Amino acid sequence: MEALVAMAIGLLTAAGVYLTLRPRSFDVILGLSFLSYAVNLFLFASGRLAPGKLPIIDPGASGYTDPLPQALVLTAIVISFGMTAVLVMMGLGAYLRTQSDSTDDKDAE
Amino acid sequence: MIPDLVTPIVLPAATAAVMLLIGRNNLALQRGLSLVSVLGLTGLWVALALQTLPRAEALGNWPAPFGIVLVADGLSVLMLGLVAGLAGIVLLHVLATGTDRLGASFHPLFQFQLMGLNGAFLTGDAFTLFVFFEVLLIASYGLVVHGGGAARLLAGVRYVVTNLVGSTLFLIGLGVVYAVTGTLNMADLAAKVAALPAGDAGLIRVAAVMLLLVFAVKAALVPLQVWLPATYAESPAPVAALFAVMTKVGAYAALRFGTLIFPPGTPATGTLYADLLLPAGLVTLGVGAVGMLGAQGINRTAAYAAITSTGTLFIALSGFTPLATSAGLYYLIHSTLAVAALFLIADLVTRAGGRSGAVAVLFFATAIGVAGMPPLSGFLGKLLILQARWDFAAVVWPVVLTTSLLTIVALARLGSDLFWKSATADRPATASLIAPVLILSALVALTIWAGPMTDTLTLLARDLHAPAPYLATVKALQ
Repeated sequence: MEALVAMAIGLLTAAGVYLTLRPRSFDVILGLSFLSYAVNLFLFASGRLAPGKLPIIDPGASGYTDPLPQALVLTAIVISFGMTAVLVMMGLGAYLRTQSDSTDDKDAE
Repeated sequence: MIPDLVTPIVLPAATAAVMLLIGRNNLALQRGLSLVSVLGLTGLWVALALQTLPRAEALGNWPAPFGIVLVADGLSVLMLGLVAGLAGIVLLHVLATGTDRLGASFHPLFQFQLMGLNGAFLTGDAFTLFVFFEVLLIASYGLVVHGGGAARLLAGVRYVVTNLVGSTLFLIGLGVVYAVTGTLNMADLAAKVAALPAGDAGLIRVAAVMLLLVFAVKAALVPLQVWLPATYAESPAPVAALFAVMTKVGAYAALRFGTLIFPPGTPATGTLYADLLLPAGLVTLGVGAVGMLGAQGINRTAAYAAITSTGTLFIALSGFTPLATSAGLYYLIHSTLAVAALFLIADLVTRAGGRSGAVAVLFFATAIGVAGMPPLSGFLGKLLILQARWDFAAVVWPVVLTTSLLTIVALARLGSDLFWKSATADRPATASLIAPVLILSALVALTIWAGPMTDTLTLLARDLHAPAPYLATVKALQ
């Protein structure tokens, strides 16, 4: 279980880093989405992996999983979702204005 | 009246919401509300500064390590004052020059930016710090591209991407911190990290460096400064002036984490922050000064000036001694104001009468402040830093003095380039000169009252490096 989650996080991060370093804004946006998935899984795992346990108090529960990382992930998901939307709009605006979706800084200097 | 600690966050947020609800197309109403909000923030700052500090407050009355706490100590209140003061001056400039007419929703974004800044300075919880970073970043994304234009949008996209990667790193760092210590409350973290068994030291060091990287992105510390020049140079100049305080958020966070959670005496992390920040600060200062020499135009020069100020600031902060911290805080106030003034003048230069004598005089005075020449406070700030970093004088002194010379050369060349021309008949609008004059008066005041100011900052720095009252205040909320 731990190995599977760790590998999934590693794979998502690797894909995210690779795509984020690409010079096109579409790839970069995909890469950032992968990175945010990786981070969400990672945050989830930071409270220890406890399958089949409840995060809320229940008299019949045999044990609990840490509820705080779930709250953190929820916040992180909302923020990364909003950020992705902003970035898509800005990337689209820049592309429509300049007919270029390059994210390199070559013309700025 | 004792203001609730949440009011400096709620006031701008509520103002922005009201603007969007009832004043979407009413610029006069938005301007009025913006002014009221900034005046209110200044009043709240005065009320807070008169209180006995530190003060803490549990949001929703959840007990301390589990719920979110807001803490106002000397450093938070100092930064709140800087935000309120700079926001007021920038707002006056915006009203005088009509920057807010260039596009929709300037004032709501401005207020959300203030909300994020105030929240970041007041929070006593590491995850809430992340949330407020995001709030101020989202607002800044809007402000960067305010007014539109291709160059601005392209610079904006790069800025957003850099900061999104930074936010991702922040979350990973917080995840590691939580996995190791089981808490995200800063005061609780301080106790847990100090008592960490040796086996967990590796993980917490990784987390500490990741968090430092995030703060370095925000503060534009080498090698993570690449986003700043294009972003600041392409943003509307008054927005860039407000952003002068945004790079200081990174410095604030590094100082807060480096004194409260990872102080040099911690067995697990040791002098990690000091060891990393000193070389980074020195290189940043060098890169900024060379960038100023090579920059085309006043906006880009001002952007590199922001980088030099970050470098100098981190040279001071990396000392992690009360003396070095107080010197750094003095320079922080000075450099925020000086860089903001340079951006406001960059805005004046593009307007009618921008090449006139009045603007040239303002530029000259600001350049003295930015370069750190006598008689303005930059000189005192640099002197205090040189004195405080006597322990590394062999590297700090040559770098600071050489880069000061480079800065002077760059600003002198820029000044002759801009103003060494035959006189023009048109004059700048008097109203547009008010904001730069106000900032320069603040610099003069900072110079004249340098004695009492450094005394206050020394007390503040001493409290930062002996955080027992801070920890006790948060603990009392349990």
